[in-house]
Amino acid sequence: MCDFPFFSLVCTGEIFELKAELNSDKKEKKKEAVKKVIASMTVGKDVSALFPDVVNCMQTDNLELKKLVYLYLMNYAKSQPDMAIMAVNTFVKDCEDPNPLIRALAVRTMGCIRVDKITEYLCEPLRKCLKDEDPYVRKTAAVCVAKLHDINAQLVEDQGFLDTLKDLISDSNPMVVANAVAALSEIAESHPNSNLLDLNPQTINKLLTALNECTEWGQIFILDCLANYTPRDDRESQSICERVTPRLSHANSAVVLSAVKVLMKFMEMLPKDLDYYGTLLKKLAPPLVTLLSAEPELQYVALRNINLIVQRRPEILKHEMKVFFVKYNDPIYVKLEKLDIMIRLASQANIAQVLAELKEYATEVDVDFVRKAVRAIGRCAIKVEQSAERCVSTLLDLIQTKVNYVVQEAIVVIKDIFRKYPNKYESVIATLCENLDSLDEPEARAAMIWIVGEYAERIDNADELLESFLEGFHDESTQVQLQLLTAIVKLFLKKPTETQELVQQVLSLATQDSDNPDLRDRGYIYWRLLSTDPVAAKEVVLAEKPLISEETDLIEPTLLEELICHIGTLASVYHKPPSAFVEGSRGVQHKRLPGSAGSADSPDTGSAAGVSEAPPAVIPSQGDLLGDLLNLDLTPPTTSGPPPAPSSGMQMGAMDLLGGGLDSLVGLLHLGGDLGGSPAMGAGFGAPPTAMPASFPPPVSGGLDDLFDLGGSVGMPMGAYSPPKSIWLPAMKAKGLEISGTFARRAGVIQMEMTLTNKAMSIMTDFAIQFNRNSFGLAPAGPLQVLTPVGPNQSIEVALPLSTVGPVMKMEPLTNLQVAVKNNIDVFYFSSQYPISMLFVEDGKMERQVFLATWKDIPNDNEAQFQIKDCHLNSDAASSKLQGSNVFTIAKRTVEGQDMLYQSMKLTNGIWVLAELRVQAGNPNYTVSTVS
Amino acid sequence: MIHSLFLVNASGDIFLEKHWKSVVSRSVCDYFFEAQERATEPENVPPVIPTPHHYLISVLRHRIYFVAVIQSEVPPLFVIEFLHRVVDTFQDYFGVCTEAAIKDNVVVVYELLEEMLDNGFPLATESNILKELIKPPTILRTMVNTITGSTNVGEQLPTGQLSVVPWRRTGVKYTNNEAYFDVVEEIDAIIDKSGSTITAEIQGVIDACVKLTGMPDLTLSFMNPRLLDDVSFHPCVRFKRWEAERILSFIPPDGNFRLLSYHVSSQNLVAIPVYVKHNITFREGSSQGRFDLTLGPKQTMGKAVESVLVSSQLPRGVLNANLNPSQGTYTFDPVTKMLSWDVGKINPQKLPSLKGTMSLQAGASKPDENPSINIQFKIQQMAISGCTQAGQTL
Repeated sequence: MCDFPFFSLVCTGEIFELKAELNSDKKEKKKEAVKKVIASMTVGKDVSALFPDVVNCMQTDNLELKKLVYLYLMNYAKSQPDMAIMAVNTFVKDCEDPNPLIRALAVRTMGCIRVDKITEYLCEPLRKCLKDEDPYVRKTAAVCVAKLHDINAQLVEDQGFLDTLKDLISDSNPMVVANAVAALSEIAESHPNSNLLDLNPQTINKLLTALNECTEWGQIFILDCLANYTPRDDRESQSICERVTPRLSHANSAVVLSAVKVLMKFMEMLPKDLDYYGTLLKKLAPPLVTLLSAEPELQYVALRNINLIVQRRPEILKHEMKVFFVKYNDPIYVKLEKLDIMIRLASQANIAQVLAELKEYATEVDVDFVRKAVRAIGRCAIKVEQSAERCVSTLLDLIQTKVNYVVQEAIVVIKDIFRKYPNKYESVIATLCENLDSLDEPEARAAMIWIVGEYAERIDNADELLESFLEGFHDESTQVQLQLLTAIVKLFLKKPTETQELVQQVLSLATQDSDNPDLRDRGYIYWRLLSTDPVAAKEVVLAEKPLISEETDLIEPTLLEELICHIGTLASVYHKPPSAFVEGSRGVQHKRLPGSAGSADSPDTGSAAGVSEAPPAVIPSQGDLLGDLLNLDLTPPTTSGPPPAPSSGMQMGAMDLLGGGLDSLVGLLHLGGDLGGSPAMGAGFGAPPTAMPASFPPPVSGGLDDLFDLGGSVGMPMGAYSPPKSIWLPAMKAKGLEISGTFARRAGVIQMEMTLTNKAMSIMTDFAIQFNRNSFGLAPAGPLQVLTPVGPNQSIEVALPLSTVGPVMKMEPLTNLQVAVKNNIDVFYFSSQYPISMLFVEDGKMERQVFLATWKDIPNDNEAQFQIKDCHLNSDAASSKLQGSNVFTIAKRTVEGQDMLYQSMKLTNGIWVLAELRVQAGNPNYTVSTVS
Repeated sequence: MIHSLFLVNASGDIFLEKHWKSVVSRSVCDYFFEAQERATEPENVPPVIPTPHHYLISVLRHRIYFVAVIQSEVPPLFVIEFLHRVVDTFQDYFGVCTEAAIKDNVVVVYELLEEMLDNGFPLATESNILKELIKPPTILRTMVNTITGSTNVGEQLPTGQLSVVPWRRTGVKYTNNEAYFDVVEEIDAIIDKSGSTITAEIQGVIDACVKLTGMPDLTLSFMNPRLLDDVSFHPCVRFKRWEAERILSFIPPDGNFRLLSYHVSSQNLVAIPVYVKHNITFREGSSQGRFDLTLGPKQTMGKAVESVLVSSQLPRGVLNANLNPSQGTYTFDPVTKMLSWDVGKINPQKLPSLKGTMSLQAGASKPDENPSINIQFKIQQMAISGCTQAGQTL
């Protein structure tokens, strides 16, 4: 104790002495006394008895004394709440002090006093400080809000501090912004649902600006906050990435890793063929490598994260294998992590190098490390096929060393190698058998027993070997017992004559003398199998085993995605989602990587809409089922009732579409197909699609029978059906601009083909087009390309590609598209109808089995039936014609002179429509039943 | 954020604790002690230890464990970086960061920790600013303080804290304006028997000591900036200019600081300035082995190689070594089988060598290991990477 000046407090007498000193008149003495008090406090001595005396010293001009008293207060206010009230007045007064340092200090300390009564008095000063003219005070106050929230969340909300805090994000001082973000993030953690940090492009921009100017710690907060943002499109994410990249060369490794997190997340949005994507990948590698030359603790965290990054994007570090080679003076936890990453990066190109390293490691002294190294050799063999032979010989060399744990570990991995490359390396079994006696770990014993059982026919004395294990059956661990049971049964099936006794012995041991239910049940199963049907037993027990895959230890992809969003946090160190371990996981939201813009969405949702999950294998026999199907269909179908809501979630609006729009959808097909009596009129789509299938609408032309009418010759392949152009916008209505047009699907792209005719006297320029929201989310994929001005009486042909990722509107009529066209004269509005067939996508061909299952799954009352008349095509011609419009024929059957065509089509929003087309030879009328 | 900090010495005593939020009981460190017991070496204690309610993140520096307690999801690197910063600050203030130094200055330590972190959020970690807030203790200052009754806590708002250059304090005046830059490079290379380099990588830092009046704006350019693979800068360096022109442009902090650290990877060919001729043989059947080692400089551009230290892990079978160094001294530890030879300066005219015999365990077979040799050395005024400074302007 005597070696330190302030630790002379032992008995209460000295406390008494201190008390006297604290009340002394001399400033110096007071200060020394407070210092002594603080010193004893830091080593955990209880000096709370001095509370009133210390608080009395608070009223002072001396900054150091003030600070010391504040230190004391923070520690002991909790235990003396009543006394702490005495200090409030001084705090409030200090908050008005002309010196910003004192103002900030006061508000800071006040927040640290965790006494409810004091917090009430804190509100007013805090509000003032949040609006203080000095940024130093503001930034301190921002943190104070978080402190206060921790003590009394309700109070903070009632007092509206959260809004003030949000305003601070737009503060002019970057340090204030950073602290506001930090405080908000901390508060948000306890409010999972509140949208505290609602990020929009404006705030993101502000954060990015502040990022360049604030302190390293502030940068971490801002980067972590940025990582929660989901950019709207790839352009935005690229611009964020560009502004974050400089952070990769920061000296603070936490900043670097947070930047890596942001980049890894936003990179998902970037198209892979972009130049920038490649540049970014290249930029990520060096900082990660540099992290590995830092202190071992940093290395450890970095390695855990690199492990994730390597799994997600191995291309980043694939050339950096050497930096993961273990150094002799690395702490063990770093060594093990490096080993893990080495295996992940192992490939044909570098395997020789890796193996040489691993072999060295296997001769090290540290047992854990050696074991892992041996295991790593085995994993390399499984991962890189070309190296398997070399790995096996390395393992054999290691077995020759006779170091007990090396041998055991080697046997465990050789078992796995056998399972990956059957009938290739069995020659080594003899060597393995030599070491049988030295195995004392359950895993190694079990592995060895498995090998003996599996290759019993090649091992002459397999029965003896297994018998030797059987002697101590009851002392073995369950793992070994189970393995032994299976191995002996295998042996029996292979060599039934010699081993009957053995198998009986093990079965009775397992079933009668064991109280382990797993073992007993397995024993019974074998027993019954063997006694009832030895052939079946052979099939079961000696069945072909699936090859083990190379990446058994990979993190599951969804978890990996989530963890990538948490790079740099504890979650990434433990490789567990935060919800699995964070204390009071209230604040945890599952994070997802953003999908790559737009394109990835449609296939996913496509399958969600209509495909049933029934695995094909379950269908017993196709013929029967089809019979069922036919029976089902031949009964007069009811007209469609209200469709059920689909079970799986779909892209926005698709649900509504099915719910609200299905009727009309079916109606539409129906429209197209029904009663093709009247010839095609110019504007073929004028039908009111509001018509419900139940009330058959008046005959209108267009749609399907147009499809049939068009092609004269049979079997000639043709493109998708495109209705003739119709006048959408008459010249009278549009000050001389006449627009006629049609829709077509060309090479998978929906196009709006228009003829713009100028019937006015003046030149028209500056064309632009816009769509109203519509059911299928149609939107122009590019600007209207009218390059030259359209002179009087001149017309111009324009093709506008359309995309289906625009805003979706729930509405009827479904195929109505409201269009606005602007030119130098005015803006004109018109509406047009587009054929539904335009929306059938190319991948609308359903698997036969899926079709069957789906058809069955859809309730009867979803079915609509109608007839197409006057269609003189046979079924083959019809089917090839329909194929041109992306209506795919899945199956064809002939029943009672009728050709039944089963067809599927998929809409751009992922809804599947299934149809049955009945064609009766000689009868020009078709019957169509559609379901969806 | 960071909840509490415990300082634990090598014998496992907590000698200082600091809480930024509510008080966390010392018993939380029991989990740390458990892990410490399990670890074979002091440095093998895992850096992140989970406990039922908290997480312990620890850093071992100067034989003191700095154990931070956190309660919520916090980037561990953030905590580790901060802890290292704390250690650096202590070292800066007290010269050494030892248990005794911390105990002697316990109040300053407490004040420092309080300034560095507020409610777990870092507040002021730049040594320039901290020194303005809390003056480092010196004997002179203690004397002045006792005489004049002034304090070692600054009265002023730290000026730099809010300016655009938070790392530099304003109003610096020097009579002699000077700036020094030290380029320190560490090369990490593995060389095989025949002398060809298997891997070599260079970690370099540029440490600066700038004592200039006012707000100087410096630029520093390199002859061959492309050489630097990955650089991390002090926040003062303008990154844009580096990206565009490969020029370091910055307003330096006052005093000592690390301007940048860089990494030169093995892709660039590195010439190792020292070579080793070695001949270590064990004869089959006899219990003797020969040991012959000669060092020599190469490609040092005339600079002297200093403070050379050779160490080698000899095979387990070696009982003792009887060697004769031409210069310096050697030691052999028969327990760890570690041979170390302190050579000192290499004289190119008279190359240092270490020759002699090793006695092996009688009857044991010839050791099959090839002993590896580690060499540490220093060369003044030379950068192995070939990175040279082209010029600097004010």
